[in-house]
Amino acid sequence: MDWQLAIRLRGVVKRYGPITAVNGLDLDVPQGTCVGLLGPNGAGKSTTMRLLTAQAIADEGELEVLGFHLPEESKQARARCGVSPQLDNLDVTLTVEQNLRVFAHLYRIGRGERQAAIERALQIANLIDRRNTRVDKLSGGMRRRLLIARALVHRPQLLLLDEPTVGLDPQVRQELWALIDALRAEGTTILMSTHYIEEAQRLADTVLIMSHGSAVAAGPPSDLVAEHAGREAIEVYGPPAALAEAEAAAQAVGLRTRRTGTSISVLGVEGADGRAPEGERRPANLEDVFVLLTGEEIS
Amino acid sequence: MAVATTPRTPRLGRLERPALTGVLVREVINFSSYWRSATFSSTVEPTIYLLAFGFGFGSLVSRIGGYRYVEFVGTGTVATAVLFSSAFPAMFGTFVKYQFQRTYDAILAAPVDTEELVTAEALWVATRAGVYGCVPLVVAIFFGLNPAWGMLTVPGIAFLSGFGWACFGIAVAGFAKSIENFSYVVSAVLTPLFLVAGTFFPLSQLPEWAQVLGNFNPLHHCVELVRDAAFGTGGWDDLGRVAFLIGYGLLAWRVAIHAMTRKLID
Repeated sequence: MDWQLAIRLRGVVKRYGPITAVNGLDLDVPQGTCVGLLGPNGAGKSTTMRLLTAQAIADEGELEVLGFHLPEESKQARARCGVSPQLDNLDVTLTVEQNLRVFAHLYRIGRGERQAAIERALQIANLIDRRNTRVDKLSGGMRRRLLIARALVHRPQLLLLDEPTVGLDPQVRQELWALIDALRAEGTTILMSTHYIEEAQRLADTVLIMSHGSAVAAGPPSDLVAEHAGREAIEVYGPPAALAEAEAAAQAVGLRTRRTGTSISVLGVEGADGRAPEGERRPANLEDVFVLLTGEEIS
Repeated sequence: MAVATTPRTPRLGRLERPALTGVLVREVINFSSYWRSATFSSTVEPTIYLLAFGFGFGSLVSRIGGYRYVEFVGTGTVATAVLFSSAFPAMFGTFVKYQFQRTYDAILAAPVDTEELVTAEALWVATRAGVYGCVPLVVAIFFGLNPAWGMLTVPGIAFLSGFGWACFGIAVAGFAKSIENFSYVVSAVLTPLFLVAGTFFPLSQLPEWAQVLGNFNPLHHCVELVRDAAFGTGGWDDLGRVAFLIGYGLLAWRVAIHAMTRKLID
């Protein structure tokens, strides 16, 4: 194949009336990597996902998925992609196995291989002993796993995960992270949108931070943190007045700060001997980067 | 920076068999979970019409156009059964599938285009209409309608009419902003067409302008085709009726695809 990028977007614009949901987005997803689209609700992540399956048609820009031009060749691209949507759209009155069977047909798996594909998907979702359970009897975590397994039934070259763990309990979320991490380890190319910082930090090789429809930074999570937020941060807790004071003091000595709900984070304190305020020292993280770059709070 | 612009070309429209099959398989598997209720409503309703009108009016009007009233209504209500098992499930089913279950989002993420989705859904509903449409005829046979070889064409007539009505229902669902909007269509379009189709009384009873309008009612052509098939009264004008139903089906099909593309592809 003469393409190395599973996804290549250049200057993509998508407008809905007066609203520009995606505004000049460039995005590269190299084969065999997991790229995280990180941004708050309304940053344009879901619209980007819909553009990749041509369920939304871009107003401007170039889109290539697996070497196919969108929207003209989107059907060929879709045949080789798996999509796990943000909103659960399983057939709830059907069993787990029936749901997979429907998608084995929709993804054109030949008669001879269909059952094996279904078994493999059941195994991925860890739902072998639930195969005959109706979907409306499954827990939220099981439904999510089935949704991802359904997207993998035809061994796609590219997996699109739109907010794979939204609305799930923390332990169920970790279970799903293990599943996604295993797929990644096998070399599946993944584009994942999320508004959970930790999810992007743990699972993505490269993170693209989106705000108001465009990319504000891209790179491996640790590079982004080192580049924009430094190595360490100090959290200062206290009543609002004390926080304002600490904020002013840190800024006066040239340190960057950001507000969180209950504290002030003073960033880049590793080189600030003596100038840094008293507080809890912690490693800098993607959230610091995000807030610094966009001025927006996330999740 | 210069940005290349992508013209808003629609996705390639082509009906691929694996795509149609995929959507049909989904419907068939789903049908296994709700066939009882679908069969119940699609058979009981027309049967009630048949019994109520057949015996209610039948005691007042013994014969119409040389046929016993129960025979007249029994053949006419095939069109009613077709309408009830095609337009209504298509309207509600389509709306529920894109709005509440988001099924169409899942299907369109697979290698299936809107055109194929709509076509397969309409074929499925039409097939059901082809089967359920025969129920009134079977019931009427119990009440004394003579079986005839021509009746074997009734599933085909019901399928053809059902395809048009299925597409009509899908189009309505595609244009409707909310499920409440269906009331306008049911009251202002379906009910009049259903009553003025020649099912319960011959159109010749109506003023001339209404008779002329009746010729544009697909249900009327369905009623007449079934009667001609059952009573062996077919003629050349039946070819015109078939042509009309084909034209209606093709038109409704394109409109349904247009409506659903607008709805499903941003």
